[in-house]
Order: sequence, then structure tokens, then C-alpha cells
Amino acid sequence: MATVELRFSALPEHVRTARLVAAAVARRAGVDESVLDEVRLAVGEACSRAVGLHRRSGIDDAVRVKLVEQEKRFLIEVGDGVPGATGAEAGSHAIDGSAGEDAAEAAMGLAVISGLVDDLDIGSDENGGVVRMSWPVAVHPVLP
Amino acid sequence: MDLSLSTRTVGDRTVVEVGGEIDVYTAPKLREQLVELVNEGHYHLIVDMEGVDFLDSTGLGVLVGGLKRVRAHEGSLRLVCNQERILKIFRITGLTKVFPIHSSVDEAVAATD
Repeated sequence: MATVELRFSALPEHVRTARLVAAAVARRAGVDESVLDEVRLAVGEACSRAVGLHRRSGIDDAVRVKLVEQEKRFLIEVGDGVPGATGAEAGSHAIDGSAGEDAAEAAMGLAVISGLVDDLDIGSDENGGVVRMSWPVAVHPVLP
Repeated sequence: MDLSLSTRTVGDRTVVEVGGEIDVYTAPKLREQLVELVNEGHYHLIVDMEGVDFLDSTGLGVLVGGLKRVRAHEGSLRLVCNQERILKIFRITGLTKVFPIHSSVDEAVAATD
């Protein structure tokens, strides 16, 4: 079970909320302060990408963010509701006029995530695409 | 935090001072500002990012779009940034090779090529 789970409407204004929550939970889980900026950025990129996929595909479902404290890792999963969209190719199939630019932005987002996160998996589940990322946590997490 | 934008002219350069967070929500405002400046004939832009707390790939895309627009008029787009966490994003995307990045507005104003 996720430590914290978020579901938000696929709107750009909610991506900041997801970033802030993810960073707060990561800090509590014991992720090193020096890495929190990377967590914030990577989650933001994954959520922005999911929002873009939903909007281009005309999907009303919420974007799902799972934050999971494990023994030695802090895991984040960002799930979209676009089946088969495991990469930027979903953008290239979009039919609106700005599809090319959107797809380029999605590709840049993935480039940033790839550059930031060592443990990264871009796959899918029964709902759609899932970006899984994890970071090491300190042995002794921050106490309340 | 929202995005703040202000512009001023220094010689033949237009300085765009940006503050706050540039992300998927706020980046369109920066895009509008850059498009407007180019449409008004300002082709030598300096984007001062010292007040930026957060930048993501959407923001990078807007800056690249701005660069394309000014280059179409033989202009320039220089960045001012000293923050390591922002500079890192330019490095991992290879954009440090695309944008001249300066440590101060004065240095950017003085730069010619």
C-alpha cells in the first residue's frame, strides 16, 4: 500500500501541488536533502507529461501519484490513463495542430527525468502508462 | 508561488526579469511575454533568472522557442543564472551549448557574441 496517494484532475495548475507533496513525503521518508530538488523536478516532469497525455487524448480521468516508503528506497509512481502510451509516441499520434510541439515537450520531459533519476522504469499497468522512480533513503529516517 | 515578469531596457538590450516558478502552468505566461517582445521589435533579449525558484522542461521549451524567434531576426537571447539547481537542468539537457549563460546582467549586456 502506498504511504501517500494523490489523484488530481489533469490540469497544469495541480502539478505544483503534486511536486510539493512528493517532496514533503520524501523528506519525511529520509531522502537526503541534497536530492529533494531532483525528486521535486522529476515528479513535476512525470506529472506534466501525464497531464499532457490526458489532454491530448481527451481523457478525463485523474492522474495518479503513489508515494511509497520502502525499507531502503523511496518509490514514486506516476500513472496516466492512456493505454499503450509508454513514451512520447502518444504525443505524435495526437491530432491537434500543436501535436508536434507537445510531443517535443514530452520528449524533453522524459530526457530530464532520465538525466535526473538513476532508478527509472517507464512501463504500464491496467490503467495506462506508469513512470516509476526511486531514490535511496537514509538508514535512520527523520523522526517526527 | 506564481510567476513574476518585468521588463526594462538597457542600451539596445531588453532585460526580462523572471521570478518564481516556471512550470507547465506558468510557462505560457513567459512564452506570451517573449512573443510580445519579439513582435514589438525587441530582438536582443536577456532573461534574468536569478529570481527563479523552479524550472522544468516546459520552461526550457519556452526559452528555446524564444531563441528561435529572436534568431529569425538575427537577434540574441542570453540568460543570467548563478543557481546550481537551475544550471543543472540546462546541463543535463545539453542546453548549455545552446544558450549563452552569464553570471550577471551587466556581463550579459556587455557580451557581444
